[in-house]
Amino acid sequence: MNDINGLNLENLIKQIVKAVMAELSKRDDAPEQNPRDITTQESRKLILLKNPRDAEALARMKTRTNARIGVGRAGARYNTQTLLTLRADHASARDAVFLDVNQKILDSLGLFTVESRCKSKNEFLTRPDLGRQLTEESSAKIRASCVLNPDIQIFATDGLSSTAISTNLPDLLPCLLDGLKNKPLTVGTPFFVKNGRVGIMEPVSELLGARVTCVLIGERPGLATAESMSAYIAYNARVGMEEALRTVVSNIHARGVPAVEAGAYLAGLLCRVREAKASGINLRKESGK
Amino acid sequence: MPYKSILFGRTYAFQSVKEVLAKANEQKSGDVLAGIAPDSELERVAAKDALSCMTLETLRQNPVVPYEEDEVTRLNQDSIDEAVYGGVRSWTVSELREWILSEDAGESDLARLSKGLTAEMVAAVTKLMSNLDLLYASAKMRVPATRNTTIGLRGTLATRLQPNHTTDNIEGITASLFEGLSYGCGDALLGLNPVGDTVSSLSEVLKRLEEIKNHFEIPTQICVLGHVTTQIEAVKNGAPTDLIFQSIAGSEKGNRAFGFTTETLREAEELLRVAGKKSGPNVMYFETGQGSELSSGSHHGADQVTMEARCYAYARNFAPFMVNTVVGFIGPEYLYDSRQVIRAGIEDHFMGKLSGIPMGCDCCYTNHMMADQNDVENLSVLLAGAGVNYILAVPASDDVMLNYQSNACHDSAAIREMLNLRPISEFEQWLEKIGVMENGRLTKWAGDPTFFLGKGF
Repeated sequence: MNDINGLNLENLIKQIVKAVMAELSKRDDAPEQNPRDITTQESRKLILLKNPRDAEALARMKTRTNARIGVGRAGARYNTQTLLTLRADHASARDAVFLDVNQKILDSLGLFTVESRCKSKNEFLTRPDLGRQLTEESSAKIRASCVLNPDIQIFATDGLSSTAISTNLPDLLPCLLDGLKNKPLTVGTPFFVKNGRVGIMEPVSELLGARVTCVLIGERPGLATAESMSAYIAYNARVGMEEALRTVVSNIHARGVPAVEAGAYLAGLLCRVREAKASGINLRKESGK
Repeated sequence: MPYKSILFGRTYAFQSVKEVLAKANEQKSGDVLAGIAPDSELERVAAKDALSCMTLETLRQNPVVPYEEDEVTRLNQDSIDEAVYGGVRSWTVSELREWILSEDAGESDLARLSKGLTAEMVAAVTKLMSNLDLLYASAKMRVPATRNTTIGLRGTLATRLQPNHTTDNIEGITASLFEGLSYGCGDALLGLNPVGDTVSSLSEVLKRLEEIKNHFEIPTQICVLGHVTTQIEAVKNGAPTDLIFQSIAGSEKGNRAFGFTTETLREAEELLRVAGKKSGPNVMYFETGQGSELSSGSHHGADQVTMEARCYAYARNFAPFMVNTVVGFIGPEYLYDSRQVIRAGIEDHFMGKLSGIPMGCDCCYTNHMMADQNDVENLSVLLAGAGVNYILAVPASDDVMLNYQSNACHDSAAIREMLNLRPISEFEQWLEKIGVMENGRLTKWAGDPTFFLGKGF
């Protein structure tokens, strides 16, 4: 036991520690794995099914549908990547429903915020009736801040997807307002309503005496996209009006109708509604004449 | 006459049978939205207690929508087997519950009982049952039905393969069909929800479904779920179909909101019975779901469980091949979270069977509900354990057209393996013949949609 004197043992331990630390730091220094993003369009095109009979045909089949085919399996369950992609898409949809619109975006667009009578997201989801009404405070704020009796009143509300508003509004709204600029029309003061349903356009219209009202609203998110926005337009909207009297432009998102394009299109459509003094089925009748 | 209950020394009074039924429900956001839910948990139990003492005769005499006002009530009341009803009219709902659960009540006894019950009785006993009560009682009952094949036999779990597409693209629909078939799905139905509800669009898809069914000699049914009137037109114009579909409600007003009358459904039934070659007698397919009446303002102040039971009472007049609740499609204002949607799925399955309906379930949810895929998986295992006729099969659960999620094609394969359930017998033989299933399990060929290519199609 002589050779294991204090000094040698200490040296031995030091050497071991040094070697272990070196090994550990090597791991820390190891080049980061290039993290792959399982949600990109490229990742989604990957065929996870092992050994398909006809890989080329499967790739072709996948171009014919967005349905998740050729995903393969682990026993009678999904491969891990399929499972995680589904979870990511669902998480994105959930966040669209439950998170608020980015305040910086609303500020940058110069929009002030008012609220429906829903005090929380849960109330918004379970009480559609309250999502169609403004609080008294909000009504007062709108009246005090907006141009009255406009030809065209535009406002935005989160609806079932705040992500749709955060993503599309910065491109769409300037484009839409620009398209209306040189028209002989009074364009109202745009603003944002938190926790609003489509029907909230009715009290807004009555409050401001608007001829044409257009609400930009987040659609119920699917797994394919959480960013889809719609525009509902009504001539002379009044509380309790028929659904069929609204004109709808839906599917506004990067892979549907892109926001800039939608803005330009909506400008023309709003002018047409103003001119025809009709929206929804009445507008279709007018156009058919 | 008020109905009363005393709990912890406090007396609770209810002014009508309708009020007792509504307040005896398990918690549902739709009943809260309708303003008919109890004020407290104790009031809920008091209503259940009052209901437990009510006789079946009282329920028969107090349908939630009056006989004079509503065709669904009339059809239900007029088709009751009076001999069966006579044997149970003096029973309380408590006695009905205990008899259904007892060893005395076997499959054929329950099938007979079913003919003497109105929707209100079926709903009432459901409100006195726990989830396991409902599953346990459901497992005793089987309601088979026959078209090209027979659905609902003990030991089977079938699937409706739902190959929906955002633009009804025929090749895209075919791709999803091949995906599903390769997982052993589609024995109940190859059934598409169309984007375009036109005769030409429906006919085009039906033609492809029929081609696939015939070319591969698949023993199953086909249907495209357009509006009933569009399907009738398509069939009159020569489009092939095995079933005609319609969404139905629990009141005449609700059915009017869906745009059809009983005569329309009778016409559809006749059309297929006559046009059908040597197939079985069950030709209709219905979908339902708690809350749909409230959403169209046709609930007549009644709760969503009772209105749902009335859908089944209505459906049985047409001897359908399949009926399913689309349980989580309607949204959180009617079924708020996974607890409510799982409860509703279990209730609907039980009520369908006790009404004598061949019952399946679209175990599903939308993305604004407090529920996720785990909940759908839970519900489908529970219902498969209770003998549900069929569940849905959607590629990787994601319906890209209706923007909601249901069971994946993988799910039925896993559940069949776990619970030792099989596809419909002829379909299983077909799966074995082509080679994607062996002894009830998927083979190495399963899960490959290109398996069906290059076979002359």
